[in-house]
Amino acid sequence: MTFRSILRNSSETRAAACFLAPSVCGVILFVLWPVCETVRRSFTDARGASFQGLANYESVLGNSAFRLAAANTARFLCICMPLLLAGSLALALLVRAVRRGARTFRTLYLLPMAVPVASIAFLWNVLFHENGLCSRVLQACGAQPVDFMGTGAAFWVLIGTYLWKNSGYDMILWIAGLDGIDPGYYEAAAVDGAGTWQMFRRITLPALRSTLCLTAVLSLINSFKVFREAYLVAGAHPHESMYLLQHLFNNWFEALDMGRLTAAAVLLALALLIVLAILLRLGREDA
Amino acid sequence: MKRSSPVAFALLALAALPTLWVLWFLISGALAPEDEILALYGPVLTEAEGTARWTLLPSWPTLRPVVRLLLDTPEFFAMFWNSCEQSFPQAAGQILVGAPAAWALSRLRFPGRKFLFAVYMALMVLPFQVTMVAHYIVLSRLSLIDTVWAVILPGVFSTFPVFIMKKGFDAVPHALLESAALDGAGHACIFFRIGLPLGVPGILSAFVLGFLEAWNAIEQPMVFLESARLRPLSLYLTDISAADAGLALAASLLMLAPAMLIFLFGQKYLELGIQASGLKDV
Repeated sequence: MTFRSILRNSSETRAAACFLAPSVCGVILFVLWPVCETVRRSFTDARGASFQGLANYESVLGNSAFRLAAANTARFLCICMPLLLAGSLALALLVRAVRRGARTFRTLYLLPMAVPVASIAFLWNVLFHENGLCSRVLQACGAQPVDFMGTGAAFWVLIGTYLWKNSGYDMILWIAGLDGIDPGYYEAAAVDGAGTWQMFRRITLPALRSTLCLTAVLSLINSFKVFREAYLVAGAHPHESMYLLQHLFNNWFEALDMGRLTAAAVLLALALLIVLAILLRLGREDA
Repeated sequence: MKRSSPVAFALLALAALPTLWVLWFLISGALAPEDEILALYGPVLTEAEGTARWTLLPSWPTLRPVVRLLLDTPEFFAMFWNSCEQSFPQAAGQILVGAPAAWALSRLRFPGRKFLFAVYMALMVLPFQVTMVAHYIVLSRLSLIDTVWAVILPGVFSTFPVFIMKKGFDAVPHALLESAALDGAGHACIFFRIGLPLGVPGILSAFVLGFLEAWNAIEQPMVFLESARLRPLSLYLTDISAADAGLALAASLLMLAPAMLIFLFGQKYLELGIQASGLKDV
């Protein structure tokens, strides 16, 4: 390394430090410190005073509400993520295939992002209340009215809302990935007599691997936001099929059950970080 | 892939139907008079008998519920203002603090860069509930609980906008920066003259996403704000009282309007920014 390059590097490092300082200070104060505090508290009693070892973790893992919420959250993620990823990929392929109206469709699919949570909650109520529109349709068909949010259907309403809100966002991500594929591959494959399905499987899907992983990460982040609609409609204690970890955390917070809350938070954070690490690793390999 | 197929068009149109219906429902409903809303949705909103009905068009379109909400309902106006006061500074602050940081993470070389970006990504994956307690403790130690800052400040330092903007800056070609540096431009100059103008899609999409997020905030105001006078609109709509039930859709429209306007103004950049965020790390 020459003297000049060291000088240049150190000036670059200094510039980077200046650029990063406000953000890093704020992140340490408002994000990193809270995270560390959460980890510390998970090993102490409710007032954060005395060290308790793994007592909080044992209590959390033995708690039936935690098991229910964790299972529901896992079930939610395992069902809605594949559906969302596949559905939005299909939308992306279709949008690229039509000539007219593609812009309008992109707008229409992205629009749900801008519909406020409170409006959606209102709509849910009108549709799925015991006296709501869906019950009316059921009654017209001769069936009994159903309070959908009080049955297992609530879970599927949650899934539907998540898919509706996020498919546009993911579609844009897929389109970016699809646009990045060299059309030469398809031409070469066509010359070799490959069919559409073969091309999709052999060229498109492998090329989309890193897009898939990033889209999955971003969808995972957004998946925790369905709690807002769920909470606004069904409150702190919804039907047990959609009792998510977020409900549990909220209720433990209200009950000032800090020991269990922080221990459960650490477990959730660990699970998410492991998923994140796996997804990023998978996305990197072919780069 | 080149032909335009009617089947594709039909499938896309089918997928767009729910969105169209929702928009129609919210907009046409906001133009219906209060007694009509009560007649249609009373069974859901209040204790009224019967089942809810839906009509394609309001029988007598009027702006009166909207006007009444704006002029005669001071608590609505206060909450609308609270929402603005908590959302705009939050989104603007994210850009102010996040853009330089994103630039450094994207285009400057320094030791620990990859590690720092990994930390930012890890933090952006954590949902609000994970750090809720600790946030509460930190904010109360800074005596910010029950002030607007309790909602704004943690939002400003969210790491997600940094991620989006970093991805946007990744598209700025290195060659451009090198030639600027050869011409003697300093790091600050390069950032302001080249980075910011070329990073506009990333920055604006971070702004739009940040705004929508803040506008819809439920958890943060619920946990960090105790007094009712600080409550934002997102919390008002749900506990709209039976007496005001006829105003529910008008309120919903007024909440939808700013979000929709910002979304439509920023849509072009939003798409570009989202696209950039899906690209591989360079």
